[in-house]
Amino acid sequence: MAETATAQPATAHDAHGAHVTSTGLSNVKLGMWLFLGSDCLLFGGLISTYMLYRGRVANGPTPEQVYDIPFTSVSSFVLLMSSLTMVLAVSAAHKRDDRGTNLWLTITALLGTTFVGGQVYEFTAFYNEGLGFTTSLFGSSFYTLTGFHGAHVTVGIIMLLALVAINKRSRVPGSKSETVEMIGLYWHFVDIVWIIIFTLVYLIPV
Amino acid sequence: MAIIERHAPGTTVVPALTPAPPAITPTRTFGALRRPVTTTGWKSWLFTVDHKKLGLMYGATALFFFIVGGLEAVLIRLQLAAPEGKVLNADLYNQMFTMHATTMVFLFVMPMAAGFANYFLPLQIGARDVAFPRINAFGFWCLLAGGIVVNLAWFLGGAADGGWFMYAPNSGPVFSPSRGVDFWVFGLQIAGIASLSGSINLIVTVLNMRAPGMTLMKMPAFTWMITVVQFLLLFAIPVITVALFLLGFQRMFGAQFFNVAAGADPLLWQHLFWIFGHPEVYILILPSFGIVSEVLPVFSRKPLFGYPFVVFSGAAIGFVGWGVWAHHMFASGLGPVSVAVFSVATMAIAVPTGVKIINWTLTMWGGKLVFTTAMKFAIGLVVLFTIGGLSGVTHSVAPSDTQQTDTYYIVAHFHYVLFGGAIFGIFSGFYYWWPKVFGKMLNERLGSWNFWLMVIGMNLTFGPMHILGLQGQPRRMYQWTDARAGEGFFNIAFWNLVASIGSLILTVGVLFFLINIVVTARNKTRAPLDPWNARSLEWMTSSPPKEHNFDSIPHIHHLDEFFHRKYEEDPATHTMREVATAEEVLAELERNADAHIHMPSPSYWPLVAAAGLPIITLGLIYSIPVAVVGGLVVLYAVYGWALEPSVAPASDFDPTENGASGNGHAVGASHG
Amino acid sequence: MSTRGYVNVAVILAAITSLEVSTYYVDFGPLFLPALLTMMAVKFVMVVSYFMHLKFDNKLFSWLFYTGLFLAVGVYAAALATFHFFLR
Repeated sequence: MAETATAQPATAHDAHGAHVTSTGLSNVKLGMWLFLGSDCLLFGGLISTYMLYRGRVANGPTPEQVYDIPFTSVSSFVLLMSSLTMVLAVSAAHKRDDRGTNLWLTITALLGTTFVGGQVYEFTAFYNEGLGFTTSLFGSSFYTLTGFHGAHVTVGIIMLLALVAINKRSRVPGSKSETVEMIGLYWHFVDIVWIIIFTLVYLIPV
Repeated sequence: MAIIERHAPGTTVVPALTPAPPAITPTRTFGALRRPVTTTGWKSWLFTVDHKKLGLMYGATALFFFIVGGLEAVLIRLQLAAPEGKVLNADLYNQMFTMHATTMVFLFVMPMAAGFANYFLPLQIGARDVAFPRINAFGFWCLLAGGIVVNLAWFLGGAADGGWFMYAPNSGPVFSPSRGVDFWVFGLQIAGIASLSGSINLIVTVLNMRAPGMTLMKMPAFTWMITVVQFLLLFAIPVITVALFLLGFQRMFGAQFFNVAAGADPLLWQHLFWIFGHPEVYILILPSFGIVSEVLPVFSRKPLFGYPFVVFSGAAIGFVGWGVWAHHMFASGLGPVSVAVFSVATMAIAVPTGVKIINWTLTMWGGKLVFTTAMKFAIGLVVLFTIGGLSGVTHSVAPSDTQQTDTYYIVAHFHYVLFGGAIFGIFSGFYYWWPKVFGKMLNERLGSWNFWLMVIGMNLTFGPMHILGLQGQPRRMYQWTDARAGEGFFNIAFWNLVASIGSLILTVGVLFFLINIVVTARNKTRAPLDPWNARSLEWMTSSPPKEHNFDSIPHIHHLDEFFHRKYEEDPATHTMREVATAEEVLAELERNADAHIHMPSPSYWPLVAAAGLPIITLGLIYSIPVAVVGGLVVLYAVYGWALEPSVAPASDFDPTENGASGNGHAVGASHG
Repeated sequence: MSTRGYVNVAVILAAITSLEVSTYYVDFGPLFLPALLTMMAVKFVMVVSYFMHLKFDNKLFSWLFYTGLFLAVGVYAAALATFHFFLR
């Protein structure tokens, strides 16, 4: 039978079963960081649109009239803590601690849901105070920016819960700990976008 | 799934298509249907994740849209051939120039480059596929879906009519009430997914899946240019995504982003569009620069002159290209400071392009030139792009641009760089790589007719537009009259007629290419393995390449590795002498063939996921419940995809297989 | 990083967040904007470096991510500048 080419690496899988790559880095991880780099351009555009239009209130309430800083601060704190629990989930996954992983993933999802719940409450309150999506440029830009962020969080929550479910049935294709780590990267990114939004949108007055 | 059984040692390998052995179907699946595994027939195309099949599909789709966009152009030229044209009314004319540009930019040049990149990049770096094969397939189906969505508008109330740059508020609900713009917005969003996912895929592929010994500076120039393009796409697509969302939200939900009465600034759209739009033009031209950087050395019998300069100037163009976008806005009221800054930056970007022109010229200088059709098109690019670049340099001078902008002078510029540049490069690629892809050579006589008619046609069409622009003919004007045509014989009337005649000559030239395809398909003569005596790795395969590309992955020692396996330097005379033929080089790879090669398995999830997107579109435009259905389709597909291993588990196929033998796995191929 | 380490980072982030929120209540004078932006940047970099592990991973990841970030900031800041956004 034909021999293996000596020109090739002896095994195309390393000791962990991961594929050998030219840089030694994981394909999926590289892909995720590239995606996050590109997502900066997406949120940058939405944030810039908001910054341009935040003061243009031909109709309806102004930011100072609707923003509830204490409430949003609590929301921000919740999201920040969810980053901690996410990192603990990744830690547990690296230690092959399935129960720990699922526990921390679930808590992260719960904290994320709390955050989204807070957003929904906030949007409803603003709407009742006269700030609709179509009311003013401020309204359109605010809801678009925070809405996109909230959508990203929601997708994250779905991924977290899906991972818990798949984990429980031991049906994770590929490396389990890497999958948790990748979802972690996405989740943290969503958190750092909020770090920017919280400061620029809420804390800096128009 | 293809398990490749090896030939017995010593068998001569004929460079022809060898049918794959029957594949074994896995029994565990996660969807409603069994996992597709056929290797022949239409199903093998529908569910393929093979980069070569996907490359061909991108190419075929792009070629179809090239014809569509070309017909749209011919209609425009027929309308403008004579005064008071009656071919198109004003409304249809607006749709025609909008769709001509949209089709050519997004549905022809970009997908054609994606086709070349998909087919050849893995081959050029010695890989067996891309990093994420299913995402690759998903990207193609998204492109097709997006192209269909954009063009559906023709049949559903009129196509988009706001110009390909779709300035708001003109493109908003008040001034563009038909649904055409909605289809345009959604269609481009869907196509954008193809570009973005493709960019991540190809960057990871280039970084992670190079054959052993292939450092970045040993990669072919084409691969380098494609890589730069992927980085441009990665960062530019999100910007137009934002713009399209803002416009879409305004049109669909009443957002205020471009409502001037509410305080909106129309320049917001312009900035967002052109921050994407300028990198976009480099996305359009760099692949052709890459193709030409392959073709010129081969047909000059010399290596590419100044390879590091070609690489770095490509990267420089990619980088500086981010700093010039507002040169599309010189007349928009930005103010003198902004205009001055962008004017200087635009002058700067001519430099790296000039570096390339010099390197290409010096590649040919002193070489033994062979004037095949591929070479003619490549030289054509060098000449015609230079002309287009020169008019571009005149645009960079803001005061002069203020006269040129929105006239046919601009139309002349971008058609010289896009037609004479991007399209000539693409045609060069066709003639160069056709034998590798199809095992047959395109007919050179027909190719010559193709080339000369295109050169003459192109110059007759777009050359006069410089004059027309300076004579004052504005863009996007559906009709001209004798009263406005100016005095003298060589007035607007004359040059419009010349341009229109030129477009017909161009059409015949393209027709010759299509005839060439048919004639070649009917021709029984098979091409030799290495008809052009080429230099790079994609030629070190059978024609067409086997599904797994290389029987054994070569170890790379040089730039132009294939060339150096055929030729060595004679120490006495310091000339290159042949030490092996292409057939011998290939036979060597086959002798050392890998025992087991697992290729990623076909999958129907990418197709299903992509199919959900146009359903969402139609739902959002016509009826929300339909959009929900589309969303569920996408969700179901994502779920099935996530649970499906990219390669069906080994235990389903070969009881004696164990992971430790590990031979011949595609280097770095991932579970995408 | 150990669990203790991650918790420490989280505590620091919480503290900085409290400080940020305090700007709503306390008058920082001319320091308001620079302080807020600095705190935002510090939190951002901390999450990226520690929670996302960028500080300990191969530099290529940092290059790829920060290129995207700086490109975004650069391009959008330039666009806003043409609107005279920074001249108020």
